[in-house]
Amino acid sequence: MHQPEYITIDGNEAVALVAHKINEVIAIYPITPSSPMGEFSDLYSSRKEENIFGTVPTVYEMQSEGGASGAVHGALQSGALTTTFTASQGLLLMIPNMYKIAGELTPTVFHVASRSLAAQGLSIFGDHQDVMGVRQSGFALFASNSVQEAHDFALISQAAALKSRIPFLHFFDGFRTSHEVSRIEKLTEATLKAMIDEELVHAHRRRALSPDHPVLRGTSQNPDVYFQARESVNRYYLALPKILQEQMDKFARLSGRSYHLFDYVGAADAQRILVLMGSGAEAVEESVRYLNARGEKVGMIKVRLALPFAAETFIRSLPHTLKAIAVLDRTKEPGSIGEPLYHDVLSALFEHQAILPFAMPRLIGGRYGLSSKEFTPAMIFALFDELNHESPKNHFTLGIDDDVTFTSLKFDPHLILDNPDQFQAVFYGLGSDGTVGANKNTIKIIGTETDHYAQGYFVYDSKKSGSMTVSHLRFSHEPIRSSYLIQNADFVAVHQAVFLEKLDLLTIAKPGAIILINTPYPKEELWQRCTRVTQERILAKNLRVFAIDAYRVAREKGMGRRINTIMQTCFFAISGILPHDQAIEKIKGSIQKTYGSKGDAIVQMNFEAVDASLHNLFELSIPANVSSTLELIPPLKGDLQPFVAEVIGKITAYQGDQLKVSQMPEDGTWPTGTAQYEKRNIAQEVPIWDPDTCIQCNKCVSACPHSVIRSTVVNASFLENAPEGFLSKTAKGKKFAEDEHFTISVAVEDCTGCALCVEVCPAKNKSQTNLKAINMVPQRPQRDSGIQQWDFFLSLPKMDRSKLEHDSLKESQFLEPLFEFSGACPGCGETPYIKLASQLFGDRMVIANATGCSSIYGGNLPTTPWKKNSEGRGPAWSNSLFEDNAEFGLGFRLAIDNHTEYARTLLTDLYETLDAPLVDEILSAPQIDEPQIDAQRRRVEILKECLKAHPDKAAKTLLEVCDYLVKKSVWIIGGDGWAYDIGYGGLDHVLASGKNVNILVLDTQVYSNTGGQQSKATFTGAVAKFAAGGKAGLPKDLAAMAINYENVYVAKVALGANDQATLKAFIEAERYDGPSIIIAYSHCIAHGYDLKFGFDQQKRAVDCGLWPIFRFNPDKRKSGENPMSLDYKGPKIDVKEFMYRETRFKMVEKMNSLSASSFLKTAAETAASLYERYSNLHHRYEPLHEEE
Amino acid sequence: MDLSTTLLGLKLKNPLMASASPLTASLESIQRLEDNGIAAVIMHSLFEEEINHEIGQIDHFLHIHNHANAEALSYLPGEADFDNLQSDHYLEEIRRVKESVSIPVIASLNGISAGGWVSYATKLQASGADALELNITYIPTSIDMDGRAVEQMYLDTVAQVKQQISIPLNVKMNPYFSSPANMAKRLVEAGADGLGIFDNPIRVDIDLELLSPLRIPNITSSANLSETLRWCAILYKQLPCSLYANTGIHTAEDVLKAIMSGADATAFTSLLLQHGEKAVLSLLEGITHWMEKYEYDSISQMKGSISLIHTDNASAYERNSYMHALQQYRH
Repeated sequence: MHQPEYITIDGNEAVALVAHKINEVIAIYPITPSSPMGEFSDLYSSRKEENIFGTVPTVYEMQSEGGASGAVHGALQSGALTTTFTASQGLLLMIPNMYKIAGELTPTVFHVASRSLAAQGLSIFGDHQDVMGVRQSGFALFASNSVQEAHDFALISQAAALKSRIPFLHFFDGFRTSHEVSRIEKLTEATLKAMIDEELVHAHRRRALSPDHPVLRGTSQNPDVYFQARESVNRYYLALPKILQEQMDKFARLSGRSYHLFDYVGAADAQRILVLMGSGAEAVEESVRYLNARGEKVGMIKVRLALPFAAETFIRSLPHTLKAIAVLDRTKEPGSIGEPLYHDVLSALFEHQAILPFAMPRLIGGRYGLSSKEFTPAMIFALFDELNHESPKNHFTLGIDDDVTFTSLKFDPHLILDNPDQFQAVFYGLGSDGTVGANKNTIKIIGTETDHYAQGYFVYDSKKSGSMTVSHLRFSHEPIRSSYLIQNADFVAVHQAVFLEKLDLLTIAKPGAIILINTPYPKEELWQRCTRVTQERILAKNLRVFAIDAYRVAREKGMGRRINTIMQTCFFAISGILPHDQAIEKIKGSIQKTYGSKGDAIVQMNFEAVDASLHNLFELSIPANVSSTLELIPPLKGDLQPFVAEVIGKITAYQGDQLKVSQMPEDGTWPTGTAQYEKRNIAQEVPIWDPDTCIQCNKCVSACPHSVIRSTVVNASFLENAPEGFLSKTAKGKKFAEDEHFTISVAVEDCTGCALCVEVCPAKNKSQTNLKAINMVPQRPQRDSGIQQWDFFLSLPKMDRSKLEHDSLKESQFLEPLFEFSGACPGCGETPYIKLASQLFGDRMVIANATGCSSIYGGNLPTTPWKKNSEGRGPAWSNSLFEDNAEFGLGFRLAIDNHTEYARTLLTDLYETLDAPLVDEILSAPQIDEPQIDAQRRRVEILKECLKAHPDKAAKTLLEVCDYLVKKSVWIIGGDGWAYDIGYGGLDHVLASGKNVNILVLDTQVYSNTGGQQSKATFTGAVAKFAAGGKAGLPKDLAAMAINYENVYVAKVALGANDQATLKAFIEAERYDGPSIIIAYSHCIAHGYDLKFGFDQQKRAVDCGLWPIFRFNPDKRKSGENPMSLDYKGPKIDVKEFMYRETRFKMVEKMNSLSASSFLKTAAETAASLYERYSNLHHRYEPLHEEE
Repeated sequence: MDLSTTLLGLKLKNPLMASASPLTASLESIQRLEDNGIAAVIMHSLFEEEINHEIGQIDHFLHIHNHANAEALSYLPGEADFDNLQSDHYLEEIRRVKESVSIPVIASLNGISAGGWVSYATKLQASGADALELNITYIPTSIDMDGRAVEQMYLDTVAQVKQQISIPLNVKMNPYFSSPANMAKRLVEAGADGLGIFDNPIRVDIDLELLSPLRIPNITSSANLSETLRWCAILYKQLPCSLYANTGIHTAEDVLKAIMSGADATAFTSLLLQHGEKAVLSLLEGITHWMEKYEYDSISQMKGSISLIHTDNASAYERNSYMHALQQYRH
């Protein structure tokens, strides 16, 4: 009898561990939440880990899910055991190949971390919409409900696919299962081998296309035979349920874990049952056991094989006492009578009436849990209650308040299932403070080294900077089936004291619970610093409060701002989950294991931090009464519209679950300009301005990724009532009069503290060269005065856009940004470009934004950085998908051109009835620069007034479309993953279209949003996911490909290297009446260095020649000039001077110094060859040359 | 004619060594140096920072953004297989050099703090280095740090490294001590088997455009030889250790002067950086030519012949030579 090996891992890893062992080819494309399965597989293969056949599986990243499924199809047709991992839209992109794979009876398993589909909005979270969207493809749909089941079913599905020849889609709930960390029993190599029948593998290989035994597949069939051929597979589907059950039985004999097509749980004489699949089934099982232990007679069916639906087996799994069934679907099919599982159950009952051992039961179906909406025992109890009714509500929704069509079942949110055997701990951390990592480590320690079951689930907010993470950890001697967030905690840790200033976090604490707070305040001061509500909770619930100044300890121990080890030590010290000494010993053991290979220094530093944590931890003596007058800081600040206050405010306060259906925009339309209300105060330090040192260049304004630094020039008379500390200085430059003052102001509450502004500032203090014209200081002491100064700044008159020279960097930065305070990472390299575009063209921009970082910091609820100017104009923004963005944007152009043409036609038709000179001017006005556009806008305003009073019907129509007489600027924005890979086909088509669109590629050289997978833009020698040893190939030269069209405006820019050239590129691209593409170097956290040096690195990238900067302007050709402007002079520093300042390159040296030197050599050659390529182009287009 | 000499117990075919520099960073250039007659090479330095700081830095940037966002639990493949995290490839390099050349190879460690990194010395020995040089120049910027504390740091580091190895240990000294001779003595007592006279630290300059200090390589000339000669001469025969002259060796004459002052051998970088590996051949020719002309049989014959204890003009090395100069001026 083997000793079971327990491992503590998440669902994605649990699946990857099996899939990598039983496949030969793995073709993938990253998509949340399935990406880690591909990444784990790549890691195993890069470590040369073999599958059960003794080879290392080939893991290959494709350009899209469509591509991945094509490669899978090809590999399957060539006889390899092949798999892929995906989710959501990714799965939808695979549909065409899924038909082919199933139609050709090809055994494979697609592992899907099931996720919502983008409809009124995108969601990365879990439900079954994607899986239910491929029901028609011919794949068997097979659901696992927990991490252990995901591990087991990955194997069972493969065995059944091989035997049945039907491809399987094995799915489990995105995030709830894919990202839940749980203690599971690991399958042994022997079990894996025993389940995979070698003869079936041989049979699969024998069916491969081979010139040694050639056959033809993929024929084109005609009306005479297609139908019959399509029906020829029926017997395989009929045979599948039995085959699957046989494999489940075989698995049970090998592993001891028994599964069935439908697993019934509950009272043998149950009258009411629920039917569902996925992680929600765990919560239902927990509730069923709870209710039955208290005398109820309820049950449930866990559906394993959702398709083909084995109707008779289903009927036979039902208790004979059955009276009522509720079917739960985690999906939505608008307009359908019900969702798929409901339909299947209904059909099964109807079609098998003859064999029903009971009278036809009451049957209802409904929806729950869309986009990982919580599914709790309270909801389950409510549903069982509903089944007691004679006429229970059918087509219900559960978990929301539908006050529009009244589908929802009411439930008591205060009803919390008591789980006395569980120890439940909740931790509130900051994304960057290491809290989640430490908690994962804690679960591993407890789950692996003790006999506790352990579960960890982690909730992240949508911001990329200053985001809050909430860790939910459960430990128990009994199996944990609570597939929902902790509602009643024995332990609550607040790793950032600032959270308690904004949120009532202690509501979650059980009476008598232990609280741990990381606070800068000493013992004697802490109580008084708590808000009133925090004090009330502590007293009312009789909480014990412990605290530590973890940041001080971390600082003193050389750990910077990483407080993970410190807070983890405190948790172990006071939670009592393990005996104190044993706990500390285990932490140290874990540190040794994690850092041992990285040297004694890191191990020692962490050991010392552990000891110092114990030394500095203190318990707060709780006074008898509430004394605080501090109230919670409201989530939003400012002059709020009701919608913003009620809806966006609730989401911001983490209370979005309370919003009703009627409060939601039905078509996904949201107001812009809302980020300004969300004063996040996340910066520890903010910049302050030194007017005496400042040279008024506006570089800091241009560089600021969050638009928190603004400058303006105003007449000194406006500054008379300036608040204290508001600084200004006589404006430099001939343009400004002597009584005009230049000022810089900082939105201290919106700053993320990245310090990029300080690094780009070219001015040094003449007496202290370590100071610049802008310097970082602690935020807190600046906050109140900073707010006053900022408000005053906003009240100053705006500079006249039409009088500023837009092509001067300095003056362009006086333009109001219509993109501000985004949730992008501190120091983001993308947002300065977006902000620049919004300054130059924002009031007439319409933006198609590819899915990725820019769509997340641009359009993730609750707030958006896109805003309107004081005239109510601003960028209109939308995200369609990841892959179609160029086409989406082209659609904008086609429509706008059509509208414009329509408006011009109507105007011409009405010529006689309107002010003729005005119409002539409107129709012939050039709209190239700002004064011209401003003039046209004024003319159109006059026209509107005329039209309002005009009796003609055509005038009313013209009034609707006359805004299109003012030039609109179409922008297509996305990252390199979109432009180089998944969207390239569309992008290429749009470039070839000749249409006036502006494409901005924010090139970080990796898929940033999904966690740093390589793209075709990735530099040689850079480490990225799927290029773990450093990318060996050359990056694609997208610019050169675009130049080949000759009628496309192409610019490659780097704001940090040449801001003036970058500005020119934006202006020229926008003016060019045809397709334009700007490829913008964007530094990124995935590069692995402190982003305050981002612009310095941009300069180095250009100086070493790896990022050539230039502009190719076809307009110049028309005027006899050279269209090619090189904005750099070729490589002038060693590539190493750029590369080895970033971890992505430097780590190769630490992995394989031979590869590292070879990469350096290739990079240097690339730099030289790029310069040659672009200087040759410059030479080729010399006008003289052309004349020859 | 016998050009051989002994340093750190190692027999050298002549007194010419290549100091730690980029030229001793690749096997190819080390082989070229050997072909041109170099007697030993001191490998390019492995810095304490490379062993400690870089790991910390890489570890930091690999993990700093982990688990902060639902879509990206990490941004770089964090569990990469680091087989060179602690610059283990340096060891591999020494192994390869040792296999490919027949001259002694001296490994070089550059650092000052006593700590875990010194255990790296054991690995260097195991990889085949014939001796180890410790390059420790510390710039004490704290006004509260007294000279004795600084000296103790040096001595602790030397003692700790010495504990790790059985191969000879050379300490590359700098002249910035109140009593360099006494410091030399204490370094030898702490475990140094030989001293390099002296280290030639990176120079500081200021960029007036950037208003920023610059670090620039200190390219020497023969004019820099003075202190080297003085302290070789002073230390000769006073300590049970070998000496090599390091700063300012550019010509055959410079080598001869250094040996006569008391150095067992000489080492140089600037010369090689300026003229390439062929400069070694020219030096050897120059030395041979001079020795032939003046009828010297061997290097050992001239070693220390003009040292403090063997010179007829000891005052040249002492303070009173300065006094003498002033007196001359007064006349």
